[in-house]
Amino acid sequence: MDDDHVLEQAEAWLAQGRKVALATVVKTWGSAPRPAGSQLAINDQGAFVGSVSGGCIEGAVAAEAQQIMASGEVVTLSFGVSNEQAWEVGLACGGQIEVFVERVG
Amino acid sequence: MKLESLKALTAARAAGREIAIATRLATGEERVIDLTRPPGDDLDALAVRAAARDESGPAEFQGESWFINVFNPPVALVIVGAVHIAQPLSRMAAALGWRVSVIDPRTAFASEARFPGVTLSHAWPDEALAEIGVTGRTAVVTLTHDPKLDDPALQEALRSRAFYVGALGSRKTHAARLARLAAAGFSDEAVSRIRGPVGLAINARSPGEIAVSILAQIVETLRAGAR
Repeated sequence: MDDDHVLEQAEAWLAQGRKVALATVVKTWGSAPRPAGSQLAINDQGAFVGSVSGGCIEGAVAAEAQQIMASGEVVTLSFGVSNEQAWEVGLACGGQIEVFVERVG
Repeated sequence: MKLESLKALTAARAAGREIAIATRLATGEERVIDLTRPPGDDLDALAVRAAARDESGPAEFQGESWFINVFNPPVALVIVGAVHIAQPLSRMAAALGWRVSVIDPRTAFASEARFPGVTLSHAWPDEALAEIGVTGRTAVVTLTHDPKLDDPALQEALRSRAFYVGALGSRKTHAARLARLAAAGFSDEAVSRIRGPVGLAINARSPGEIAVSILAQIVETLRAGAR
């Protein structure tokens, strides 16, 4: 399935007995690469589909998603130039985004 | 997200129905909102407005921060005239995730061999448009140059909620077309919806380049309300 079918892939993974987390861009400032509503689904084997940025922060979001999958908590992550995480996984474009991460199912 | 919410979203998407999900960011509490039904409260109404802008975004409801994710059905592109330009145009539109239909009563033009995988209709254009169903997420482009085929399609498109109506043809052809539509009773305001000569002015020459100019103009129109 391609990156336009994030929810469909999440559903397919759940049907296969995988654990799944969903990350959604909920707020953007400046020149963020993907608009609010963009989604990334991640499974417990580390496979993912979709995107929440141009590739800059998917790794960090996927790592956090593994925790969320296990705990069932929800979290809103911030990325951008004003955040100290930016030193490690910043947005090259200089934008800022907030990403909501939740377990599915 | 609950499994039942996920299933409701994917089912609506598969059926081409407009749907949204509102999520309370602090807790993950959520509500699936059927956008085809009248809003029950402010949160529903905010979702309907977000869908009209085709824009997901944050919302305040009862003093809490929510996020409304809108899942509008894909854009539908209806091409009238299974001519050469229609081939790259239909392929490129499919790559954008749009649903593409090609209408041409001339069966030699609108053949499966020339348009593999595309929904084809051999009905007369006005009937075919009515059959396909034109919504506010539909773009209609006429490419035949033949008034016999283009005009009924344009008349039907002007009576619809199509967000984009474009007609291929030179300035001279377009002026003659507008005169015919005026004679048929369409007002200046009504016919001003037609983009003609169709496409953005990028000096396109080949059929593929003309398809790019048409698609770029449709995207520009689709996103005209965006910041």
